[in-house]
Amino acid sequence: MRVRLKVWRQKHAHRPGGFHTYETPELNPNMSFLEMLDVVNEELTQRGEEPIAFDHDCREGICGTCSLVINGKPHGPHRGVATCQTYLRSFRDGDEIVVEPFRAKAFPLIKDLIVSRKAFDHIIQAGGFVSVRTGSAPDANALPIPKPDADRAMDAAQCIGCGACVAACKNASAMLFVAAKVSHLALLPQGKVERERRARAMVQAMEAAGFGGCSVTGSCEAVCPKEISLEFIARLNREYGRALLKGPN
Amino acid sequence: MNLLQELWGSSLGRKYVMAVTGACLFLFAVGHMVGNLQVFLGAEPLNAYAHLLQSSPKLLWCARLTLLVIVILHVGSAVALTLENRAARPVAYVQARYEGSSLASRTMLLSGLILGCFVVFHLLHYTVRMPAVNLTGKDFADFQHTLADGTVCPDVYRMMIVGFSHRLVALFYAVGVTLLCFHLGHGVGAMFQSLGLKNRVWGSVVDRAAWVAAGVLWLGYLSIPVAVQLGLGKEVLP
Repeated sequence: MRVRLKVWRQKHAHRPGGFHTYETPELNPNMSFLEMLDVVNEELTQRGEEPIAFDHDCREGICGTCSLVINGKPHGPHRGVATCQTYLRSFRDGDEIVVEPFRAKAFPLIKDLIVSRKAFDHIIQAGGFVSVRTGSAPDANALPIPKPDADRAMDAAQCIGCGACVAACKNASAMLFVAAKVSHLALLPQGKVERERRARAMVQAMEAAGFGGCSVTGSCEAVCPKEISLEFIARLNREYGRALLKGPN
Repeated sequence: MNLLQELWGSSLGRKYVMAVTGACLFLFAVGHMVGNLQVFLGAEPLNAYAHLLQSSPKLLWCARLTLLVIVILHVGSAVALTLENRAARPVAYVQARYEGSSLASRTMLLSGLILGCFVVFHLLHYTVRMPAVNLTGKDFADFQHTLADGTVCPDVYRMMIVGFSHRLVALFYAVGVTLLCFHLGHGVGAMFQSLGLKNRVWGSVVDRAAWVAAGVLWLGYLSIPVAVQLGLGKEVLP
């Protein structure tokens, strides 16, 4: 199969960017989207052109490095799947595929399709951790945790921090990301101790980074490769309200 | 004071403000509809009810000012949040699908602002009773009714019948009420979400109940202009 790629190219943040159209060589429908970009880049390199810059790492859907807005949807057409596990068989021969970088003030563009997601690191640095030494993994059942709490914490902990929630939201809001981190830690006994300080600090960091607010449109949940639920945003709203009422520390 | 500063200082806090004021306005919309539906009981019950509401100017103004403050907070937080939200994406997508989001959820500011214009018209029409906006050539302030106990009060029943007898006004009301319910269908569910009152057990129930409540309000409010257009109370028309 062959497709026509309409890709955003931009040398760096201070140069204007624009779409370039590329006709791909013959492709295997079982290639992943990123492998297709590799093939296109190889051809570009052979022609002496600058290859398309894009983020990728594990290519097995667990690291959160790949990004891309494919035909208007972060991570491509499927639900619960990252770009690296989106395959060309999801498209038709001859399709035109529009590829844009994640767009948000808090995710400044570095080059072509690569944006800086450092803002997420700053949010984690503000409170996405447990400060006390918890030692090595405790013996099973030494620290009883109700099964529903453990399950829910694990649901939230699935977040790979890719930023698709921000990319999909009409407000470029990072609420789903922050909600997943705050919920994951607040549900477990090790994290519960600092829940108020954490909620407050992470929300402050989120706002300082320039993300928008939540309008409850549900786009984030719909594009999340780990299908993190909007329910966690309600939990974050609860956690933050609780922190406000308790006052600082 | 610190708490209030923090509340207004964060987007989550402003959403709390928006949700709480939205809840108040939703309850007002329900009460207002129930009161209005008394038009179907005839002139006496509706006018007696209207007289009851207006009989104590102090209480009336207290309620009006409270509502005004609520509206200002609701619109203020909406505008502040929208400006931040727009600033959060300086470069727009060429192709954006906003997967999984409803039209209502994406157009809350627009539906809200048009609704605001409708409310201003509604107040000029029936509260201020400005003759220029009712399009019937009559002054609603002249309509008087004598209650069973002999009290003379404004004839709200006749005002409603005459007001809605104009086809254009009735149509404008239908549009306004439809927008209100469109706004509430998303707004009521989102209010629970913003206040953290949703979970996986009943979150979807809340969302569906919001649209049901919006639908009930739509039918209730719309029934009045429709009934008048179909001939309700035509005995009071000249």
